[in-house]
Amino acid sequence: MVEQAGVNYGGAINAALRRCLAEDERTIFFGEDVGKPGGVFGVSKGLHAEFGNRVFDTPISETAMIGAGVGAAMMGMRPVVEIMWLDFAMVAFDQIVNQAANVRYVSNGKLSAPLTIRTQQGYLPGSCAQHAQNLEAFLLHVPGIRVCMPTTPQEAYDSMMSAHYCDDPVVVIENRGLYAGPKTEINIGAEPSEIGGSVLRREGSDITIVSWGPIISEVLAAGDQMPSRGIDAEIIEAVWLNPFDWNGLIRSVKKTRRLLVVHEANVTGGFGGEILARVVEWDIQVSHMRRLGLPDVVVPASPVLMNELRPSAESIVAAAVEAIWCRS
Amino acid sequence: MGNDKRVEHLRDMIEIRLFENAVFDLRVSGEYVGSTHLYNGQEAIAVGACAALGEGDAVFSTYRGHGWAMARGVPALSLFAELLNRTGGICEGRGGSAYFTAPDHGFFGENSIVGAGAPIAVGAALAAKYDDSDRVTLTAFGDGAMNQGAVTEAMNFAATFDLPVIFVCENNSYSELTPIRDMVREQDLTRRPEALGIPAQKIDGNDVVAVEAAISGAVAEIRSKSGPVFFEMMTQRLQGHYVGDPEHYRPKGEIESYKDIEPIARLRRELNSNGITDAELEQITAEASKTIDRALSQAKMLPGLEQTAVRDVREHVYG
Ligand SMILES: Cc1ncc(C[n+]2csc(CCOP(=O)(O)OP(=O)(O)O)c2C)c(N)n1
Ligand SMILES: [Mg+2]
Repeated sequence: MVEQAGVNYGGAINAALRRCLAEDERTIFFGEDVGKPGGVFGVSKGLHAEFGNRVFDTPISETAMIGAGVGAAMMGMRPVVEIMWLDFAMVAFDQIVNQAANVRYVSNGKLSAPLTIRTQQGYLPGSCAQHAQNLEAFLLHVPGIRVCMPTTPQEAYDSMMSAHYCDDPVVVIENRGLYAGPKTEINIGAEPSEIGGSVLRREGSDITIVSWGPIISEVLAAGDQMPSRGIDAEIIEAVWLNPFDWNGLIRSVKKTRRLLVVHEANVTGGFGGEILARVVEWDIQVSHMRRLGLPDVVVPASPVLMNELRPSAESIVAAAVEAIWCRS
Repeated sequence: MGNDKRVEHLRDMIEIRLFENAVFDLRVSGEYVGSTHLYNGQEAIAVGACAALGEGDAVFSTYRGHGWAMARGVPALSLFAELLNRTGGICEGRGGSAYFTAPDHGFFGENSIVGAGAPIAVGAALAAKYDDSDRVTLTAFGDGAMNQGAVTEAMNFAATFDLPVIFVCENNSYSELTPIRDMVREQDLTRRPEALGIPAQKIDGNDVVAVEAAISGAVAEIRSKSGPVFFEMMTQRLQGHYVGDPEHYRPKGEIESYKDIEPIARLRRELNSNGITDAELEQITAEASKTIDRALSQAKMLPGLEQTAVRDVREHVYG
């Protein structure tokens, strides 16, 4: 096992990109400000200097960027395209939804578009309406695109590697609030694993909490507060949303018989609803289940307003208490 | 243009500069959070353009739009209040720095998606064809936005239907951290609208008089029912892309090289040689400074959003 000492989340992604560029000649990496400036968040620092014209800055033309990624991938390259915010991919949704997602199926499997779209999303205090949305459910609605949302340096490294070697389009959704987070040792030597999988972040017996994205830190904090309320929570982080680790979820819910899904995305049409629906369809007996998310409100710029909306450790604990003490 | 009008423009530009300097300090000291893009260096464009527009005209800007809001007459107090999470903010905390919006002042808002304002402005111009107004719509965007498909689509749409819209490209030479010259082959950005049949002109965007003259001419033509016009206004930004930008990409000495050509220094010099004394110029700055200081201290005295947030936060998602 090759360990890389002390990298943060951004550093882990940088290490993964460097490895892809170094070991796979087919890799090209491009996006706005990713080349010479090294990325608005510094994630691609040094890569242009090291790999020359395989790492380059693009015009602010998301449709051309993603489309170019699709076309280059069809020709056998392994492009990695950075879209600075997932909110900005909305101007290029045709290339993701109608194009990248369909290449394999409509060609009866003769073609594929193995590109990776690296992007980031989410709310940080003061983020405005067009820079704070959690839009993963849009992508999860579309067959043909894989989606993951890593939150730790190791997850970020591993999911970037898995995405790169996946033969289908993958959207890796990162979070800008994590890039400069704490440094940890990570393993950078392993064979890239197949896409998919979840991480058991806490073992417990009373309630299963499934979550993804940086709101997981609120979930973990809630899990730590719950024993004082007599609750022992099991917490699953769904690093991959497509493919989703349904088996892991079912195993846990069969044990706890209670399920809470927490996501930062809006409740309506959020992936939490899909999880709950499957538990019902599969006739898994539960005494209570619910989802917490943003209550279908546009993200306000003022943190004072946003604090009223975003799930917090307190609201997560309250939901678990209700599930266990009020409903059983 | 007489001295009086020039003095008025100078005062307006200085107020914007001082407002932005105050915003910078508030942001850096953490009195509010959130991404913030300042207008320092580009003041002549908003001030000159808005001087040429009428009350009924419509302006659409980008996130770098504080100066546009002020040039349309939006009070600094309501803008400070918006940033500082106070009631009485221009959008009551919902919009923040990148969505100042004041339709009462003909300011239809900032926008935080590059290029997205242009098609919407074209729609405002389209409406003027049906609502019997002689409204002219102006949309401002950056050099980088020229590379966004939406902008080309908007320009062609406006050209095809002869819509009364003025496209103002504020070329400050950078698209975020990357020089625009590295992201286009044809350096002359006016050639794109020209190819779509839109009259296009390069203007010295540091010369408030030239900006006003150009927009006045365009407004007159457009009101007499001609189609769209495009201006590439050459300018510079005097600070980072956003507050906190370390500006590693900026060559040493670049900002200093703008010292004499930036719009405020330039107009001061011009007024000086037209006989306005240094003392008079200082007086203008002092007055502007008082206006901005007063707005800021009044904003700080407004009640915080905490008092109404719980009740109101879900309002205005729907009508
Ligand atoms: C569709 C889209 N892509 C990318 C961004 C990120 N972004 C914000 S401002 C900016 C640079 C814009 O440059 P320019 O148009 O020249 O305007 P300036 O900031 O110089 O005023 C970029 C890339 C965005 N907001 N929207
Ligand atoms: Mg620019």
